[in-house]
Amino acid sequence: MVTAQSQPQSAETEKYNVIGTRPIRHDGVDKVTGAAQYGADLNLPGMLAGRVLRSPHAHARIVSIDTSKAEALEGVLAVITNADFPRASDEVIDTGEGTAQLNWVLDNVIASDKVLYKGHAVAAVAATDHHIAEDAIELIDVEYELLTPVLDVRDAMVDGSPLLHESLYTGSMDGSKSDNPSNTASHLQFTKGDLDAGFAEAEVVIEREFETSMAHQGYIEPHNGSAYYRADGTLDIWTSTQGAFVVRDSVAPLLQLSPSQVKVTPMEIGGGFGGKIPVYLEPLAALLSQKTGRPVKLTMNREEVLLATGPTSGTYMRVRMGAKRDGTLVAADVHLAFEAGAYPGSPVGAGAMCALAPYDIPNQRIDGYDVVVNKPKTAAYRAPGAPQSEFATESVLNELAEELGIDPIEIRMKNAAEEGAQRADGFTYGVVGNVECMTAAQESPHWQSELEGPNRGRGVAQGFWFNIGFESSAYAQVNGDGTVPLVLGSTDIGGTRASLAMQLAETLGISAEEVRPHVVDTNSVGYTQVTGGSRTTFAGGWAAYETAMDIRRQMEERAAVIWECDASDVTYGDDAIIRGPADEDGNDQQLTFKELAAQLASTGGHIVGRADVNKTSSGPAFATHIVDVEVDPDTGKVDILRYTAVQDAGTAIHPAYVEGQMQGGVAQGVGMALNEEYYYDDSGDLKNASLLDYRMPTALDLPMIEPIIVEVPNPGHPYGVRGVGEVPIIPPAPAVRAAIANAIGVHMSELPMSPRAILEATVLEE
Amino acid sequence: MQAVKYARAGSVEEAVSLLQDGGDTARPLAGGTDVIVQARERTRDINLFVDIKHIPELISIEYSADSGLTIGAATPCYQLYGDSTISELYPALVDSTSLIGGTAIQGRASLGGNLCNSSPAADGIPSLIVLEAQVEIAGPNGRRTVAVEDFCTSPGRNVLGDGEFVVKLHFPAPAEGSGARFLRFIPRNEMDIAVANAATQVRLAADGTVTWARVSVGAIAPTPLLVSDAADALVGQPLSEETIAAAAAASSAAANPITDMRGSIRQRVHLAGVLTERTIRQAAERAA
Repeated sequence: MVTAQSQPQSAETEKYNVIGTRPIRHDGVDKVTGAAQYGADLNLPGMLAGRVLRSPHAHARIVSIDTSKAEALEGVLAVITNADFPRASDEVIDTGEGTAQLNWVLDNVIASDKVLYKGHAVAAVAATDHHIAEDAIELIDVEYELLTPVLDVRDAMVDGSPLLHESLYTGSMDGSKSDNPSNTASHLQFTKGDLDAGFAEAEVVIEREFETSMAHQGYIEPHNGSAYYRADGTLDIWTSTQGAFVVRDSVAPLLQLSPSQVKVTPMEIGGGFGGKIPVYLEPLAALLSQKTGRPVKLTMNREEVLLATGPTSGTYMRVRMGAKRDGTLVAADVHLAFEAGAYPGSPVGAGAMCALAPYDIPNQRIDGYDVVVNKPKTAAYRAPGAPQSEFATESVLNELAEELGIDPIEIRMKNAAEEGAQRADGFTYGVVGNVECMTAAQESPHWQSELEGPNRGRGVAQGFWFNIGFESSAYAQVNGDGTVPLVLGSTDIGGTRASLAMQLAETLGISAEEVRPHVVDTNSVGYTQVTGGSRTTFAGGWAAYETAMDIRRQMEERAAVIWECDASDVTYGDDAIIRGPADEDGNDQQLTFKELAAQLASTGGHIVGRADVNKTSSGPAFATHIVDVEVDPDTGKVDILRYTAVQDAGTAIHPAYVEGQMQGGVAQGVGMALNEEYYYDDSGDLKNASLLDYRMPTALDLPMIEPIIVEVPNPGHPYGVRGVGEVPIIPPAPAVRAAIANAIGVHMSELPMSPRAILEATVLEE
Repeated sequence: MQAVKYARAGSVEEAVSLLQDGGDTARPLAGGTDVIVQARERTRDINLFVDIKHIPELISIEYSADSGLTIGAATPCYQLYGDSTISELYPALVDSTSLIGGTAIQGRASLGGNLCNSSPAADGIPSLIVLEAQVEIAGPNGRRTVAVEDFCTSPGRNVLGDGEFVVKLHFPAPAEGSGARFLRFIPRNEMDIAVANAATQVRLAADGTVTWARVSVGAIAPTPLLVSDAADALVGQPLSEETIAAAAAASSAAANPITDMRGSIRQRVHLAGVLTERTIRQAAERAA
């Protein structure tokens, strides 16, 4: 393996051998040569092609389904509906980045009595080829009774709104339920200080309302799921997923199987960003396989991905914020209403916790509402909930700074949350890099530069995300030649094979290239939570570190056998030299890692190091972004001229991948800011279910995004890691909004800030 | 996509015969960038593709000062914008063909196909209209010619009858003092469909008087429009802020758009004017 040309390590990582360098990723060759096996690449002997019939309506009762004509078609081997699944209970299961009632998981996979969004699965077929499967679903007759669709979060919350679920009552944090059924699934509230007293103290108060559209993750690989149910009752599933164990633990109860009957093999994954955590096709493939006794593969096309997988919430938000003339923030009142889609479970909770997270504001109230509407069930999307809530709060803060005539970075520094600051949800920060990001932004060439020219403007915004821990598992054996295969439970979605292998290599004192990371199935490694929450390099890194420490201990013991001494007299050094006590002649005894590895077989056999961790700690991370835009006042089009992203990575294990995460997050954030939206007509038909009309930014829509990595090591991690993947999607929208206001003097109140929206706020204003 | 039949026509006559035999579900296949997608997504019922791009006259570029420019209807975009005569004399065709799709699409997509797909938002058609293209059609009754502005009849529909297909596009040689420009507005910078588009050709006398003009606007009505009121506002006097504004207002007045996921009625009416103004100014620069 080749190591990429060296760039100097940062001041923070100079002390390391591997961490902070930029080795070529272990999975890179397979990906660039096309050898990597993605979900849809799987082909097994006798495999059937599946296809899903989807609802043309946003809200309707299913009166009847007649599958007889489809079943009679030559080449069709099975047709299933919700009725073919065992009845699911309302027990709550772990669904990765959240929990859900099992019956709602099933009903989202395949509708029971009602369809709740256009594209909702109604039936599925398995046939000998996909042409027959396509013909077969057109032969299924479904009779619908149309119901009024509920498409706007505020309409949904009104008393008397049509109900999606007759059995849904509004839950509160104290465990109580509303008297009447409602589309509002839950209300949460975080408070701190005395809100009224805070506003009484304020000398300037700004209140704004915002609306944001549903937005999709836009991963390039569509969803897929293959299954083979064997005669002995065991089930194999292959799928590109962010969490093989979550797939296992979702599918097993839906088919009333034990987890030990189900093995999930994670295929290579072509993007997920949170959207490849829920199950959609896997349970259907499993049941079709159970019915036919043959392996079944299901894949979605792009339209199905946009219609029927989980985008992030559209929202209505209202923020009132008060400050003193000197810029001290004294009070903030935040109202967040999030669309959950068809079933409860929007990311409003995380949005509420993040809303004011970068600031130490003494008096706060944050209300969050999780509301069902006739749109697809939302899923996690990169910092779920935070791009919306922080868009609202950062936007109001920018307007406060403008009103007060205070530099937007200065007002943030003045109010920045630092070590010891407590959020309204009760969390108290340890060592964080919030101010360090702001300082680095101020010192950046971008902020120091002058922006000139008409219709141009500059904006900044801050962002916060938690970066969680939880369960990760790993093991590694030591080969006789000193190489180390590392077996991981975390599916690799953003370069984590490399970042985990590097932490193992650093701990053992060997090179990244001497470690070979492997992602394996659920029977071949310990339980590991999803790749999500920016947790993998953090918690998976803990597991890699502890695996290496386990190897070090065992190698010390083995050296003690060779030297016939006590293991406590042997020391494994960070230079990968194992040192023992002096021999009888007084000579130093030492072995290199490689020398000792060569003697393992003859001194008791090979060794395996292993670790299972469950970290309840986290790696809070902040970001400061600066953007320059130019607005065409005649067309409303916004061009991004320059973009700088500053972010505290804790320790950047592989700086190139950290930079890639920062740039990718910005690209998605700019997409949400400018053009990405779920565009529905009044009947609830999604009119832009294609990547032509769902407008993600292309390479021609973005300048080179300049990353500046700040490293304030996380004291809660052996190498100081914080997560890096999510926080960079948060600041783009409020930063772009501020830049537009700076350019043309108009403060937008919605996302996306599309050319149409900007024209309607300017020359076409009514 | 279902199993389909494919026939490769060696001559115009063979293609006509194949299309006639195939009936409603037979379609000519040139670059296929629209029809193959439509067949696969089952938005158009197609049982027979008649491949016309191996007929020599369908892929051809000929120019003479007397007879003007003739291009085969299936000539791919990249050959058009790569042709030095077209670049020099018909830059509006380069404007259109270099932004339809992306590089890969431009390797197959053709102006004839863009015309026959008859989308209101087609990026080729406004340029064809202001360049006074004549459409040569072959069919069971021989050949006929239609002015391009009369070709499209409604979204996805045109004047082609059973067994007919477009063979060639003819353009007059550009007169002295002519300049033409095509622009479209999309929310991004690439790979998109016009919210609105426009083309203008003007002819300027030595004293700067506009002696002739054509303005066409697309994606703002069921078919791309030839806006004669916009041209009338320009002809007979030198270009001025007033005449340009009047032409832009004429385009906005002619617009009869819909609201959809790509743009609203008000946005499109407004953009029809903005793009008319911009294409007039830039066409005049090319004329000078």
